[in-house]
Amino acid sequence: MEILVASAVGILTAAGLYLVMRLRTFPVILGVSLLTYAVNVFLFASGRLTIGAPPILTDAETYADPLPQALVLTAIVISFGMTAVVVMISLGSYLGSNDDGVNDPLLDKDEDLS
Amino acid sequence: MSLFLIVALPFLGALLPGLMNSAGRQAVGGVTFTVTLIAFIGLLTNLPAVLAGEIVQTGFNWFPQLGLNVTLMLDGLGFFFATLILGIGLLIIVYGRFYLAREDNMGEFFTYLLLFQGAMVGIVLSDNILLLLIFWELTSLSSFLLIGYWKHLEAGRQGARMALTVTGMGGLAMIGGMLLLGNIVGSYDLSVILQNREAIQADPMYVPALLLILLGAFTKSAQFPFHFWLPHAMAAPTPVSAYLHSATMVKAGIFLMARMWPVLSGTPEWFYIVTTAGLITMVLGAVIALFKHDLKALLAFSTVSHLGLITMLLGTGTSFGAFAAVFHIMNHATFKAALFMSAGIIDHETKTRDIRILGGLRHLMPITFVIAMIAALSMAGIPFLNGFLSKEMMLEEMEHTYLFGPTWLVPALATFGSLFSAAYCFRLIGHTFLGPKREADSYPAKPHDPGAGLWVPPAILAVLVVVIGVAPFLVQDFVKLIANAVIRDAAVLEVKYIKLWHGLVPALFMSIIAVVGGLIVLAFFKPLSRLWESTPRPEAKTIFDTVIAGFVAAARALIHPLHNGAFTRYAMIMTVVVVAVGYHAWTSGTIAAATRGVQPVGAVEVAGWIMLVLATVGLAVMHHNRLMALILIGIVGLMVSIGFVFLSAPDLAMTQITVEVVTIILLLLALNFLPNRTPVESSALRRLRDGVVAVAGGLAATALTYHYLLRDFVDPSISEFHLANSYKGGGGTNVVNVILVDFRGFDTFGEIIVLGIAALLIYALTESLLHGPVRARLLNRVPDKPLSGTQHPMMMVILTRVMMPVVLMVGFYVFLRGHNEPGGGFIAGLIVSIGVVMQYMASGFGWAQDRVRFPYHGVIGTGVLIAGLTGIGSWLFSKPFLTSDFTYVRIPPFEKFELATAALFDVGVFLAVVGAVMLSLESYSRLARRAHVKDPDEPMDIDPSRDVDLQEGV
Repeated sequence: MEILVASAVGILTAAGLYLVMRLRTFPVILGVSLLTYAVNVFLFASGRLTIGAPPILTDAETYADPLPQALVLTAIVISFGMTAVVVMISLGSYLGSNDDGVNDPLLDKDEDLS
Repeated sequence: MSLFLIVALPFLGALLPGLMNSAGRQAVGGVTFTVTLIAFIGLLTNLPAVLAGEIVQTGFNWFPQLGLNVTLMLDGLGFFFATLILGIGLLIIVYGRFYLAREDNMGEFFTYLLLFQGAMVGIVLSDNILLLLIFWELTSLSSFLLIGYWKHLEAGRQGARMALTVTGMGGLAMIGGMLLLGNIVGSYDLSVILQNREAIQADPMYVPALLLILLGAFTKSAQFPFHFWLPHAMAAPTPVSAYLHSATMVKAGIFLMARMWPVLSGTPEWFYIVTTAGLITMVLGAVIALFKHDLKALLAFSTVSHLGLITMLLGTGTSFGAFAAVFHIMNHATFKAALFMSAGIIDHETKTRDIRILGGLRHLMPITFVIAMIAALSMAGIPFLNGFLSKEMMLEEMEHTYLFGPTWLVPALATFGSLFSAAYCFRLIGHTFLGPKREADSYPAKPHDPGAGLWVPPAILAVLVVVIGVAPFLVQDFVKLIANAVIRDAAVLEVKYIKLWHGLVPALFMSIIAVVGGLIVLAFFKPLSRLWESTPRPEAKTIFDTVIAGFVAAARALIHPLHNGAFTRYAMIMTVVVVAVGYHAWTSGTIAAATRGVQPVGAVEVAGWIMLVLATVGLAVMHHNRLMALILIGIVGLMVSIGFVFLSAPDLAMTQITVEVVTIILLLLALNFLPNRTPVESSALRRLRDGVVAVAGGLAATALTYHYLLRDFVDPSISEFHLANSYKGGGGTNVVNVILVDFRGFDTFGEIIVLGIAALLIYALTESLLHGPVRARLLNRVPDKPLSGTQHPMMMVILTRVMMPVVLMVGFYVFLRGHNEPGGGFIAGLIVSIGVVMQYMASGFGWAQDRVRFPYHGVIGTGVLIAGLTGIGSWLFSKPFLTSDFTYVRIPPFEKFELATAALFDVGVFLAVVGAVMLSLESYSRLARRAHVKDPDEPMDIDPSRDVDLQEGV
């Protein structure tokens, strides 16, 4: 299970990074969302993986680590707020300038944009 | 009056003039004057204590860990400088009130002036040197504003910039010096530092500390080689020049040297550096001043010269030198401020400051003439005026000073400097006021004496010049008091009296040589001036500009390749750097052996993993089709939620899946306006390179995650505490929820506020878009796909309305059980939001909006308020913020249930989440609503206009 979670984090990170390096706002936002998943899972996994023992107190012996869960829970909700703001900013910039590029449009065109 | 108040008054008062601008110039000037007057009187109330030799102290701890405390101290030296700052400040305020033209913004001017005044008073009253540094920097900043007050003048802006650069640089050096000094002593309090002369001078860090502190003092007081900024700062309005550049700011460096005199002076390093710099500055300044044709430039270089004189006296390290320095500070402040104000009057009345055009003004401006003449003669060192007394002391001190070269060199140079000093003073009088009587219209403007507001302030100073000059015994004790405050225990002051007549001592002959020589030099002024003009000299401004341009070019060369406006490049640089640093840590550290076993993997988990991977990779490959990308990211979110279920995190799973729904709706709304395809813009090579960087990042993340998943915590986790106390202390069995609303309630409180602010930000952005030029674009926008004929399909409308009560019920249930079972405010808020959003989607914005009874802003506010009040409620029971309590009640026929204050807090969370989500989505919908043709009035109707729309649009 561990290798699955670790590789999932890695794949989410890689795809997120790749999309963040695109030139238009929309893929960059999607990339940031993927990175958010990756980070949230990463933080969640810092409590180590537990199967079948949610942190709901019963008579059980072991429970999953509740602390990272609580932190990630608010992170998920906040990331929604952040995405909404970023999307609105990119929308405003697109509607205002008819350009949804992320790079400075004044950048010297001859220069390599990377 | 408390020292705090004296320092704080100018700062508090600085708020007034700027705000009172519309009340008229009289009121603005009046309030500034009153504030300063109160501070001045407050200062005078401390006079008896100072005269009695006490050191008035007050203070409180600010950052004791840093040694930065607000401690203030008033002794003779501080009192003297504070008197100069506030006393001359009063005169300047009166003068400035009448000097500034109608079109100048007077409130702004006096606000800056008061800020500056407060900072200066702060410097001279600080006991803590870190506090002193703060005020020191404030003077640099406020003087920048004052020098550049006439923003429309390029010279003003450039002069301000140069002054800020030079003094700011010096200030930076001084921070270093002060920190070293504090380190040596182990305290940042002057009262402690000043008692550690031996320890400081024996320390190996003494020389670096001395150099750095002197760098700060020299730049501020315009000592060679940093003298060049002061003349350029003369582009400021004359009241500023008179205030900053004669009496206050340039004296800050002098003050600091005087303040530190007991512990820094007396060593060869101090003597050679300070005396030499002062001597060079004095001679150089005097020579340059003679050949300046601009009245203010002449005065500026003369100030440079006199500051050099004072520095030189402090440098000698003798008690007599300190005494003479203090006395000259007093005298210089009086005659130089009077001269600056006179120059300002001439400029004001004749509209020129060029000495070559002026001349013969004594007939037209007799009052100004008398004032300027008294002040200038005093500066030249004519007996019965105060300048004579201190200048003779200087010459006497120099006569005993041996620096280098032959023994006569220093006295000769001092006499030479005084000679030129006398010459420029005579030139100032002779070429401006004397000379043949001329018609008033031969000047650029018709000159006449100004109103009393302009000439009374310098006249008061001129009276002081004469009084001190004739009857020095009046100030003698005061000067001795100040000198003793400078010297402290470092030496014994031997001066008994300030005498007019010392007998036929060498200093007298030096004085006579200077005055007579000055007259002779002036007689040969024309040929000398021609010689001066034809001699090549380095131009400080050009050098300064070249140096600055060099720095800018270097900075640009360094930064531009990294920071060129290409966001993609930043992302890549950051990824590469983070991965490289991580790799370094990985390879250079030790890696412990795995301690945890691996959890079993079933077929279902593998299937979920495959779906996640396929969706993620597909997203990266197919992101050009934006709708497809949204679908794929939905799958990713779903698989992550399911993963949370598998891994014992039901709360997370519920949150993730509900957030997923609202996020997708939000992105869909945004996509409505954005192009529906991302064009392929980057070359294959670039995509390959980005791919390599991304894969490297991904591998790093995988390695890190896998590594720690197989190992236990290095330190015991605090989670055990939460598990153990959740039920006992928090009254809930769902530990995650108890952490959110109880253990870490303060975090959650902050988070709902952030969420609310984000939503308000979106609302504000929408508003500004809808009221800006974008609005027309939105109104003219034509959808790129034909609109559906049934915008509000009947099936969906009915279904969502039937669902609504069910959704609300589920939300309520999830909320209530949250404390003990998976659920809670966050999740319930999201569920209810989805229920409401469904109404918007199915029945239309107009229909849904009509039924909203509470604005969403209010819902957010209420939520935050409830959460906050719940927290405050615990204060009523003398408990810290957000302490929770709970109890169990039983109301027949229900079973026993729990009542917890945490639940009330959770209500706040719930409301804030609902409000924030709804406000965000509503804002997006509003954009769409304006963009389209208006919503149909009734739900479930067929839109017959769609064909017409299309024809118009295409």
